[in-house]
Amino acid sequence: MNKLKSFILAAITFAVCFAGTGSGGYEVGDIVGEFKLKNVDGKMIALSDYLSGKGVIVIFDCNTCPYSKAYNDRIIGLHKKYSSAGYPVVAINANDAGISPGDSYDAMVAYAKEKDYNFPYLVDETQDVAKAFGASNTPHVYILKKDGKSFKVVYKGAIDNNTKDASAADKKYVEEAIDALLAGKEVPTGKTKAIGCTIKWRNS
Amino acid sequence: MRPFFPFILAVFFTGGVYAQQVPVVKFEALEKVISSKSDSIAVINFWATWCAPCVKELPFFEKVHAEHPEIKMLMVNLDFADKLDKVIAFVKRKEIKSPVVLLDDIDYNTWIDRVDTSWGGAIPATLIINQKTGQRKFVDHELHAGELQNLIDAVK
Repeated sequence: MNKLKSFILAAITFAVCFAGTGSGGYEVGDIVGEFKLKNVDGKMIALSDYLSGKGVIVIFDCNTCPYSKAYNDRIIGLHKKYSSAGYPVVAINANDAGISPGDSYDAMVAYAKEKDYNFPYLVDETQDVAKAFGASNTPHVYILKKDGKSFKVVYKGAIDNNTKDASAADKKYVEEAIDALLAGKEVPTGKTKAIGCTIKWRNS
Repeated sequence: MRPFFPFILAVFFTGGVYAQQVPVVKFEALEKVISSKSDSIAVINFWATWCAPCVKELPFFEKVHAEHPEIKMLMVNLDFADKLDKVIAFVKRKEIKSPVVLLDDIDYNTWIDRVDTSWGGAIPATLIINQKTGQRKFVDHELHAGELQNLIDAVK
C-alpha cells in the first residue's frame, strides 16, 4: 500500500514537473523568479533591479513578428506613460537566432536604435526566462507588481483588443490594469489572449 | 443537411473543384464547424501568409487533403481582412486546394478559448476533431512530417 502511495505521489510529482516545463508558466498571482539578461547596451539587467519601483511591464517581443511591429508604437507609448509612475517596460526577445536570424542580438541592437527604445530590450538566449514565464507568442505581456522583496504576476496577455488599429481598440487591457493598480484597485481583467507569432523555440 | 453556415458548406464541397475562393467569416461561422456533428474528421488549421512556420507546414495539409478527401480540411487564415487580395493571390500561387477562409474577428480574446482553452494564441495551431465521437487533438506548434497523420489517427 505504501509502495502504491509513493508510486502515485511520484507520478503526480512527475506530471506536475512535466507540466511546469511545458506551456504552463506563471499565472496571475504567482511570484516570479529572479532573472538576469543582457540588454542591447551590453549591460546585464536583473528583475531585482526594479525593486525600487512599483512594478514592471514585462513584454516578450521580437524584431520580426508583424504583430510585434503592429504594437511597437503602443509599447513605446506604455513606457512613456507609465515608467515615471513606477511601471516601466522591460522587453525580452526569446526567439532563437538560429531559426529567426532577424532576431539575433546584433539585429536587436540595431532595431532598438532604429526604434529609439528608451526601455531595456533583453536577449533571452537560453529561452529559460520565456519558458519560466510560459510566454507563448509575441507580443505577450506580464504585468508584475512588487510584493515585498519579489514580484507577483497581476496580468498576463495582450496589450489591447485590436492588433490592427490602436485607435479602434475599445479594451486597453494593460492600461486599464495599470490605471487600476495606481489607483490601489484590483486589476479588472487578469488574463487575456491574442493571436501572435509563436516564440521561435530552439529545436530540442 | 449538415448544420454548417451555407458559405462554409460551400467551401467544404467546392474546394479543389473550382478556382479557390476565400470567404471572409466571423468566429460564429467557424464555431459551427467546430461544434458540428458528422461521420467525418475535421482538420482546422490556423495560419497567416506572413507566418513562416505556418507556410512551411502547409504542404502537410495539402497532402492529407489530396489523399483523404473524406477528411474535412479547413485552413483558417488570420491575415487582416484588408489583405484579402494578398491572401487570394497567395492561395493561387501556392496552388492550395484545401478550403480556405479568412477569419475576420480581431477581438481575439473573445474566441481563442472557444477553439481550445490550452491555446495561448500563437500560430500555427491545428485542431483535429472526430465529429462523430467528439475526440479532439489540439497543437500550437509547427507540425513535422508525419505528425498530422498521427494526430488524425489518434482521433479515429
